[in-house]
Amino acid sequence: MSTTTFRGSIDPTARRVPPLGGFNPTLLGIELRRMLRNRRTVVFAMLFPAALFLSFGSTSDWDESVGHGNVAAYVMVSMALYGAALTAASAGTQVALERAMGWSRQLRLTPLNAAVYIVVKAIIALVLGALAIAVVNLVGVLQGKPEMPVDVWVECALLTLACTSVFAALGLCAGYLLPGENAMQVLGPGLALLSFLGNVFIPIDEGSWIYTIAQWTPMYGVAEICRYPLTGDLTWIAVVNAALWLAVFVGGAAWAMARDTARV
Amino acid sequence: MTTPRALVRGASTTGAPSVPAVPAVRLAGVTKDFGPVHAVRGIDLELQQGEIVAFLGPNGAGKTTTIDMVLGLSRPTSGTTQVLGLAPRHAIARGLVSAVMQTGGLLKDLTVRETVRYTASLFADTRPVDEVLENAGITAIADRKVAKCSGGEQQRLRFAMALLSDPALLLLDEPTTGMDVEGRRTFWSAIRADAERGRTILFATHYLEEADQYADRIVLISHGRIVADGTGAQIKALASGRTVRATLPGADTSALAAIDGVTGVEVRGDAVLVHTKDSDAVARHLLTRTSARDLEITAQGLEQAFLSLTGEDDA
Repeated sequence: MSTTTFRGSIDPTARRVPPLGGFNPTLLGIELRRMLRNRRTVVFAMLFPAALFLSFGSTSDWDESVGHGNVAAYVMVSMALYGAALTAASAGTQVALERAMGWSRQLRLTPLNAAVYIVVKAIIALVLGALAIAVVNLVGVLQGKPEMPVDVWVECALLTLACTSVFAALGLCAGYLLPGENAMQVLGPGLALLSFLGNVFIPIDEGSWIYTIAQWTPMYGVAEICRYPLTGDLTWIAVVNAALWLAVFVGGAAWAMARDTARV
Repeated sequence: MTTPRALVRGASTTGAPSVPAVPAVRLAGVTKDFGPVHAVRGIDLELQQGEIVAFLGPNGAGKTTTIDMVLGLSRPTSGTTQVLGLAPRHAIARGLVSAVMQTGGLLKDLTVRETVRYTASLFADTRPVDEVLENAGITAIADRKVAKCSGGEQQRLRFAMALLSDPALLLLDEPTTGMDVEGRRTFWSAIRADAERGRTILFATHYLEEADQYADRIVLISHGRIVADGTGAQIKALASGRTVRATLPGADTSALAAIDGVTGVEVRGDAVLVHTKDSDAVARHLLTRTSARDLEITAQGLEQAFLSLTGEDDA
């Protein structure tokens, strides 16, 4: 060494670690603002499920009675679930883009805990899902066809939001496993197919072979749960189905995240 | 809980000079395998606080892999990595380590200020956002979307983010690529001022010239090992050699090795290869005192020079 540089003595223990793994309101606020600024995402989240409801919800038998309400209410709850699932999953796949841009790597050079990052992304996905649910329900009120008691209406909406977490987890999982923009190209058609199988769009005849299979697909259980306050009808198969798929997707997202953390 | 400002700003010079400083980086017997590929084959390295060190080597030498381990982005297959006496992840959680990469690492839909605020919010203690923006010279573009910033502006933003936590160790990847001469000079004088306050700088480069000009110390890595470690002058001397090749059956290797400047003699069948700093002397000797023919003089590649000098031929 030819230069004379001062060797500062740094006491590393004097530095603090942030609480909660780096979780903080500023982070959540900026992430929320980012999401709301993305006009395409927001318009999609609001218009698409509403448009679906308006087309499916205007069947000729809309006024027939279902449990504590009518067919239109049944379709509205189903469409809110589909819309929320799709938007939450697409929000979850954002991690794929952030990985591709090197942002995940950048974050790993900060104190932010990887699990906290996932939780923040899940919260954002649920907020977007809530927006979709709110819009479908609002359109339902304005259209005037769905009929059910107010408490049933509110219970259905809240259960739908809770069930949306399954698909937020699915989106995150896909975001880690699939490269970049491919994640949504797989999830979009996949969720539509699962919704058909899960009795979300068109009722499947109970007892048919396809129904037997459908009972084990990811949309079936959550759809039954969301409509339970309205139908008053819930089988244990539906509950087990929902719990199982929630465990699979959350576990999958956690595994994919850990794998990603180890690799990069 | 209040922490005195002077301690939070760890790179300040308030520490008692009599206390022996913790090494900024300590790698002991570090290896890293990716399946059957041995990317790093055993590195021992200690960087002192306040040093500016160039990490020099060709692509694929193991520079990035080693830096990733210092940053805690990957774990060594064997050996230990410590940053300021801590495991890398713990050093990062305390804001002691930052890195500036060449590309990526930014969200295009955030503004410059949002990016800095976002990053600042993740640390326990940081310098004020406005001050960091000001120092990086990006206050004027603070409300601009990252996507609309030029490459140079994005690089300033990366530096602002890296300096937020006042890191004790700063890792830079090819830091001055794309900068003009003036920009380079300003950049390095700022880096040197920080080093004088105790910040350690480790920068990766594959240009010997840049390493020589700006680093106190150059660590040369090749095939996953450190093959040279010294000042710029020492390293340059190693790299300036040439190889003289001639056909000379039964060459007297000890006579060749005795010529001034010769650093190595190799016999391959009828051919003899002489590694030397003074190729003229060797050529004169071969042509006037021996029956050598087919004489060839080649400048040694940087890597080849190091490999022959350190006996690290990895054929």
